[in-house]
Amino acid sequence: MNNDIVLTVIARLLIPLILLLALYVQFHGDFGPGGGFQAGVIFAAGIILYALTNGPQAAMRIMPPRVLTPLAALGVLLYGGVGITTMLLGGHFLNYDVLAHDAVHGQHSGILLIELGVGVTVASVMLVIFFAFITREP
Amino acid sequence: MLLTFLVVTALAVVRLRSLFAVVMLSGIYSLVTAGVFIALDAVDVAFTEAAVGAGIATMLMLGTLRLTGHRQVAPRHSPILPLLVVTITGGVLLWGTRDMPRFGDPQAPVHLHVAPRYIEDSPIEVGVPNMVTSVLASYRGFDTLGETAVVFTAGVGVLALLGIGGRRRRDTDGDDQD
Repeated sequence: MNNDIVLTVIARLLIPLILLLALYVQFHGDFGPGGGFQAGVIFAAGIILYALTNGPQAAMRIMPPRVLTPLAALGVLLYGGVGITTMLLGGHFLNYDVLAHDAVHGQHSGILLIELGVGVTVASVMLVIFFAFITREP
Repeated sequence: MLLTFLVVTALAVVRLRSLFAVVMLSGIYSLVTAGVFIALDAVDVAFTEAAVGAGIATMLMLGTLRLTGHRQVAPRHSPILPLLVVTITGGVLLWGTRDMPRFGDPQAPVHLHVAPRYIEDSPIEVGVPNMVTSVLASYRGFDTLGETAVVFTAGVGVLALLGIGGRRRRDTDGDDQD
């Protein structure tokens, strides 16, 4: 798609760092700035950079839309599932206190899980929207 | 300084007719807004603004431009009425801010409602160092669930309207011109 060697090489250097930053923001959101939403967007941005330098077809091979669409639903389901689980364990909806023997531990694992759900949904929805725009013929 | 830059960018967006330049400037506008948020110590918001506003939104606008064309059509009606509406709305908004508490006032209602409880109790109740995360994910878990559902709905909506590679497949099937 793009034969500019500078762009291709720089993108190849940057993409792993962007994806790594996304994972860091995802799982370090409790301690530093960021969280699931930001991590999802950064991850999607890394894949979009790949799509811009290597062509949308190559990007759709590593992130096939037919996998992304169920993943988007899975994130929301994970979030809601945590809520249902807390209800089944005897707490209120999304009250993470009951997830572990200790209330603070329960809060930690609950937040980790729902942030993961948010991140998965946001990343897959952003990529699906991007692919829908870029593959459409004018 | 940053706010001056914002105003200059906004004026340039209004004046320019080339939509490509407008999209690029709106990306710059988002980036400067992120800078303003950092100056206000709202790092999480700045993060989101830089990633979504300057990154993804700019990309999607460029994708739209590819489908629609690069030049803005000159408006046919006179700009007097829209200008009047905008001026009056802006005036009313400015007048409304006179009742707001001064910026950074510790006695402002927003700092006396639930914020003290979050600040005092969240380290004991949730135990997460980033208080923004504990409010977003735990105290306001319902809201964040709603936001996630909104993002999901947006994806479903775009898929339903555009599909992925939708029109191309139909064109290769038959030679009808739609």
